[in-house]
Amino acid sequence: MIKFILLVNKDGQSRLSRYYHNILGEERENLERETIQKCLPRSKKECSFLEYQNMMLIYRRYMSLFFIVGVDSDENELSILELIQNLVETFDRYFNDVSELDITMNVEKAYMILDEMILNGHIIETSKNRILAPIYATENN
Amino acid sequence: KMFEKNLNDLVRGIRANKSNEAKYIAQCIEEIKHELRQDNTNVKANAICKLIYLQMFGYDISWAAFNVIEVMSSTKFTHKRIGYLASSQCFTEDMDILTLTTNLIRKDFSSQNQYDAAVTLNGLSCFVSADLARDLANDVITLLASTKPYIRKRAIIVLYKIFLKFPEALRPAYPRLKAKLDDPEPSVQSAAVNVICELARKNPQNYLSLAPIFFKLMTNSTNNWMLIKIIKLFAALTPLEPRLGKKLIEPLTNLIHSTSAMSLLYECINTVIAVLLAFTSMPNHSSSVQLCVSKLRLLIEDADQNLKYLGLLAMSKILKAHPKAVQAHKDMILRCLDDKDESIKLRALDLLSGMISKKNLVEIVKKLMRHIETTESTSYRDELLSKIIHICSQSNYQYVADFEWYISVLVELAQVDGIHHGSLVATQLLDVTVRVKGIRRFSVQQMTMLLENSKLMGITAQGSSTGDVFFAAAWIVGEFSEHLSDLRSIMHIFLQPRATSLPPPVQAVIVHNILKLYSRIYLKAENDNDQDTIAEVTQMLIDQLPMFGESSDLEVQERACCAIQMLKYIQKIRDKGLTVTDEVREMFAGELNPVATKAQKKVPVPEGLNLDIWINDPPSDSSDDELNNDAMFVTEEDHNNIQGIKYPKVDEDELKKRREARKLEQENNPYYIKGNTKSKELEGPDINDIPVASLDLTVPLKVPGNMILSTL
Repeated sequence: MIKFILLVNKDGQSRLSRYYHNILGEERENLERETIQKCLPRSKKECSFLEYQNMMLIYRRYMSLFFIVGVDSDENELSILELIQNLVETFDRYFNDVSELDITMNVEKAYMILDEMILNGHIIETSKNRILAPIYATENN
Repeated sequence: KMFEKNLNDLVRGIRANKSNEAKYIAQCIEEIKHELRQDNTNVKANAICKLIYLQMFGYDISWAAFNVIEVMSSTKFTHKRIGYLASSQCFTEDMDILTLTTNLIRKDFSSQNQYDAAVTLNGLSCFVSADLARDLANDVITLLASTKPYIRKRAIIVLYKIFLKFPEALRPAYPRLKAKLDDPEPSVQSAAVNVICELARKNPQNYLSLAPIFFKLMTNSTNNWMLIKIIKLFAALTPLEPRLGKKLIEPLTNLIHSTSAMSLLYECINTVIAVLLAFTSMPNHSSSVQLCVSKLRLLIEDADQNLKYLGLLAMSKILKAHPKAVQAHKDMILRCLDDKDESIKLRALDLLSGMISKKNLVEIVKKLMRHIETTESTSYRDELLSKIIHICSQSNYQYVADFEWYISVLVELAQVDGIHHGSLVATQLLDVTVRVKGIRRFSVQQMTMLLENSKLMGITAQGSSTGDVFFAAAWIVGEFSEHLSDLRSIMHIFLQPRATSLPPPVQAVIVHNILKLYSRIYLKAENDNDQDTIAEVTQMLIDQLPMFGESSDLEVQERACCAIQMLKYIQKIRDKGLTVTDEVREMFAGELNPVATKAQKKVPVPEGLNLDIWINDPPSDSSDDELNNDAMFVTEEDHNNIQGIKYPKVDEDELKKRREARKLEQENNPYYIKGNTKSKELEGPDINDIPVASLDLTVPLKVPGNMILSTL
């Protein structure tokens, strides 16, 4: 299962953080800090996988944002990369060419989109149409 | 009316106030607290929305939990959604306030608006506690039958979390869950597969019966996500069911050939490997192995770093069962060591250490040593070093053909800057030198060279553990000093003033080995009838060893003092004209042989010795043990045989005399605080009038084991 998803900009600031397992307070801060420290300095030529504690960190950089996903050994690494790609494309469609600013200004919408895709660490929807339909439907409520 | 900031304003405000961010945020939090006290739900929802954002900065927002529940209870959907979103970010299972949510959640589950139930399920999945799970399990199970697939799918996922918190829910829910595998809606089916795969991984045995259903799903589905989950599950099930493995090979092989999705290909390969690992005696398995290895080779040689990494990862799994198949690709893996990516380098390193044979050991170690020299990363260097030692020493040095070569490798490693594994190198040096008699001369030569290299002495660098290597070197030259050509120069190295700044264990070894060298010098000089050298060396040591005697470490102090004392005795005896040669020789005579851990078992039990019978009579198991207590305690007769301090028995007169003397002394002692003798009312019977009664105890008043107290 997916343990957490983190969106971080290149200065190390969190833009979105979702945890799917019980981790709080100081432990969470440490995890975030160490994860960011490990992923940010990596170059384009290096692979997207990092082993950290008992998790695998899978990340991808899109412009100024790092998408970091922490998974346990039950996930297929390549499919998580596809998940990240899907997430970015969904954001792109909703925000019309998403940028870091879009996500910063519309944090609650970003969370809602994420929650349509992933629940409790499991992927529940991959079709962009079906992900965004509820968001549009409840927009004008 | 207050002009409240909304989320946008907050974000802009924080960006504009970068220089005094903390202060600005504190001010905003004050505003939020004020807003939360208002009656207006709009205002409250807005405030909670801002709090969600602030939480990402690390601010704890759990103090607003009650307000979050208020917003959750709103009838307006957008408010409700914000409330549940906030709850998923900041509620924890141990919060008491969760009990307030139970009825609210039930109400939202039964709402006409499917989105109400959906956001509720979302939120619940994040903070469900054991209590909530118990209370709401049935409600969630009911939702499995909802007409909306949107809800069904979520209910399934949340149910898994409920199972984790309240395991008793699994049994009644299982049939309904299993039925969802046939749900007409693919996304619901997928969710069911997800959850059952999770459950099965934790307890594969129980879900073996589902294998046929999954098999059917696998052959009919085109949903890659689901396929990957199912195939992964099969990898966990095959060790339990051989027939399953056999059946899987064909469809998996087909998928490998046909699919264009890398993720699916990778998963299939992994599962095929798992099947092959579980059963090595399968027909056509060698062709399957070859297929996997060749596909993995394609991955490893791909330009995409990710595929390289995953290829290496999967190769390591094949390595355990089919090392020969992997060894053929040794060169490709060695090339991966040159990759700039540290993750890939570490994987390749791991793989190499499993591929060692007598023939390729030297070549691989050479390559690794070159990497140690060129790499800048200290963690990688440490990893390389420990790997080198691991592969050389594994299986009792099975692959090392030439130990002189290995010693020179260790010596080279010892001189690498800033290593953290000095102790590892040191133990290896000691181990090899002690166990391989033939290379001792070479080893001693090398150690001499190391000691003469002044770099080893300058060891105070943080974290550097070359001190351990010095320990090993000092011990080796001392123990096997027969191979030393110039004992005096080693002695001088040991006695350098800088030696006192070495770590104490090293100093202790130095002091002890100085003695060993001394005895050898002594015996040689005695042989040559060179009394002057003996006198000179003895005096030199007596002069110089005190610098160790002043150490603050107890071990070093003691060894130095013992050594100095012994040397002084030797000097004294020699001054008297007597000879002490034999004693000096005896000091370090005999060889310390390494003893195998199982050696004791091989010692034959001597004739007539039966280790299984009681040496003394066994203790009686009877319940009248208490009466035998006397036997455990020392009695009068036993005691008189034991030598202890005997206090003389005093008689009455003596006692009286002593009492008088004591009273007199107390009168005359100005510092003695006398009791108040004037208060006659409190005066009880005179001490001397109290008769001494003898108590009839079954247990004598003797403390076993303590000699002095036993005499009283």
